[in-house]
Amino acid sequence: MLVNNGIMPGSAIEIENLTKEYPYGFLHLKKKTSLEGLTMQVETGEVFGLLGPNGAGKSTTIKLLMGLIFPTSGRARLLGKPTDDVEMHREIGYLPEQPNFYDYLTAAEVLDYFAKFFNFTAAERKERVQRMLKKVGLETAGKIQLRKYSKGMLQRVGLAQAILHDPRLLVLDEPMSGLDPVGRREVRDIILELKHAGKTILFSTHILSDAEMLCDRVGVIVGGKLQGVGAPGEIVDITAQKMEILFAVAGGGLIGAPLLANATRTGDRYRLQVAEEELYGALAQLRDAGAKILSVAQVKPTLEEYFMHLVAADRAQATAVEVSGK
Amino acid sequence: MKNIGAVALNTFREAVRDRVLYNLVFFALLMIGAAILVGQISIGIEEVVIVSLGLSAISFIGLLMAVFIGVGLVSKEMDKRTIYALLAKPVRRWEFLVGKFAGLIFTLAVNTAAMAAGLFLALLYVRHTLQRSDAGLLVAVYFILLKLAIVVALALLFSCATTSLLSILYCAGFYVAGSFVQQMRTLRNDMAGPAAATVMRWLSYLLPNFENFSVTGPVAHGVAIPGALILQTTLYAALYCVVLMAAAAIIFSHKNLK
Repeated sequence: MLVNNGIMPGSAIEIENLTKEYPYGFLHLKKKTSLEGLTMQVETGEVFGLLGPNGAGKSTTIKLLMGLIFPTSGRARLLGKPTDDVEMHREIGYLPEQPNFYDYLTAAEVLDYFAKFFNFTAAERKERVQRMLKKVGLETAGKIQLRKYSKGMLQRVGLAQAILHDPRLLVLDEPMSGLDPVGRREVRDIILELKHAGKTILFSTHILSDAEMLCDRVGVIVGGKLQGVGAPGEIVDITAQKMEILFAVAGGGLIGAPLLANATRTGDRYRLQVAEEELYGALAQLRDAGAKILSVAQVKPTLEEYFMHLVAADRAQATAVEVSGK
Repeated sequence: MKNIGAVALNTFREAVRDRVLYNLVFFALLMIGAAILVGQISIGIEEVVIVSLGLSAISFIGLLMAVFIGVGLVSKEMDKRTIYALLAKPVRRWEFLVGKFAGLIFTLAVNTAAMAAGLFLALLYVRHTLQRSDAGLLVAVYFILLKLAIVVALALLFSCATTSLLSILYCAGFYVAGSFVQQMRTLRNDMAGPAAATVMRWLSYLLPNFENFSVTGPVAHGVAIPGALILQTTLYAALYCVVLMAAAAIIFSHKNLK
C-alpha cells in the first residue's frame, strides 16, 4: 500500500495529538483545556460517531477540523489535506451545531448562495437547490424567509447545505438535535443513504441510540479526552452479559422464593434478570412451577450505560484531583 | 473574485431586506421640507444653503450607516452563527471580508446616489433649472463616498479585533480626530509642549485626513474642482482602504470563531 507522509491513504480523517486550550482571565494567563491530545482516524467509507456529554470537546474537535478555530498543538488532515487548506472544503460538507442562516433569505436563496462558492452553472445551481430541498422535505417551504422557520426546519436547511455539493466527507455536528421523532428518522435515513453511496461521515451526538443504529465505530470523548474507540458492539461487550426472562404464573405463589424475590412484577407478569450461566437452571425451576415463559432475551448493556460509567469515572477522577490538590 | 461578488451581493441584499434604504424616504422628506422653508426665508442664497444642508445630510446619514452596519458586518455573522457554514465552503477569510466591504460600499453608493438625486430635485425646485457648475455636486458626493469607504474599512478592522460597542466608539473617535488633522499638524510647541506636539504631528500623518474629502464650501459657491484633486483624493482613499483591510484580514485570519 502506498504510504504518503506516513499516513495511510485509506483514512479520510487523521487526527494527531490535537490539543486546544483557551486562555481566560483578565490577562489571559489562565488556560482552559477543551481538548487534550486527541489522536484518532476515521477510515474512508466509515460512519464514525463522536460521543460525549455537553461540553466534552466534540464541537471543539469538529471546529478544529473545519478550520474555524486553530489548535494549540497537534494537527489534523482531512482527505489528506491539512485543515488550513481552503480547497479541501470542495469535498467536505459541514453541518454546524444548532445551525443558523441568514434569516432575510429563503431556504432556496441560502442554498443558492452557498452553491455559488462551487463551480456550478446557474442552471446546475437551480436544479441542485430544488433537489436538496426535496431531499430534506422542505420543497414546499423553500420560498419562505428563514426568520419564520422552526429549529427543526433550520436543521434540515443545514443538512441540505452540507450535502449540496455532493461531498466525499461529511462532518455533522449534532445532526439530530432539535428534531421530532419523524425528523430524526428522516435524518437517519439520509445518513444511511449517504453511507450506502460510499461517503465518509463523522458526526457528533449525545444521543446514544442514534450512534448505535448508524455508526461503524464510535469514539467517546469526556472532559476533553478520548476515552475509547471501537465498534458499538465492542464497547458494549466489555460488560458482563445478562439474560432477561419474561414469564406469567397462572395461580401465583407456586415458585421458589429466591427466584421471585429478584423478579419485578407487572400485573400477572414477572420480569427476571439472571446471569447467562444461570439461565437454564432458572428456566427449569420455572417449568417445574408451571410458569408460562413469554420471552427470553439478552440484556444488552447500552452505550448509555458505558457512557454513564465513563462520565462517572471522569468526575470521580476530577474530584480526586481537586481533593489531593487541597 | 466570484466568491467576493457572492458575499458582496448577499450583503447588499441583507441591507435591502432589512429595510436600511428606508432612510431615503426620511432624506427625501427632509430635502423637500428644507427646499420649501429655505425658499421662503433666505433671499438670494437659497442654492448655497440647500447645497450645504444637502451635502451635510448625505454625509451624516452615510456615516451613521457606515459605522453601524460596518461594525455589524462581521460581528453579526459571528453572533448569529451564520459564519460557520459559510467559512466551511471553499472561501478564504479575506475573501469574505473583502466581499462584506464591497457589499456595504455598494449599498452606500446606491444610497448616496439616491440622496444626491433628491438634492438635485430640491435645487430644481428653488431654481427651476440646473447649471453646468452643478456637476461639482457630483464630485462632492463622490468624495463623501470615498470618505465612507475609509470609515467602513475602519469599522471592519475594529470589529475584527474587539467588541461592537468599542468598535463604534473607536470609529467615532477616529472620525473626529481625522477631521482635525490640519490643526494637529500646525499645533505649536509652546501650546502643548514639545513632546505632545511631536506625538500630535506623527498622529496627524497616521490618521486619515477626513478634511480632504470635504469640498462643500467651493461646490456650494459653484467653484470647479480640478481633475488632479479628484484623482489624488481617490488614490488617498484607496491606499487607506487597502492598508486597513489588509490589517483586518490578518487579524481575522487568525481569529478563533468560537
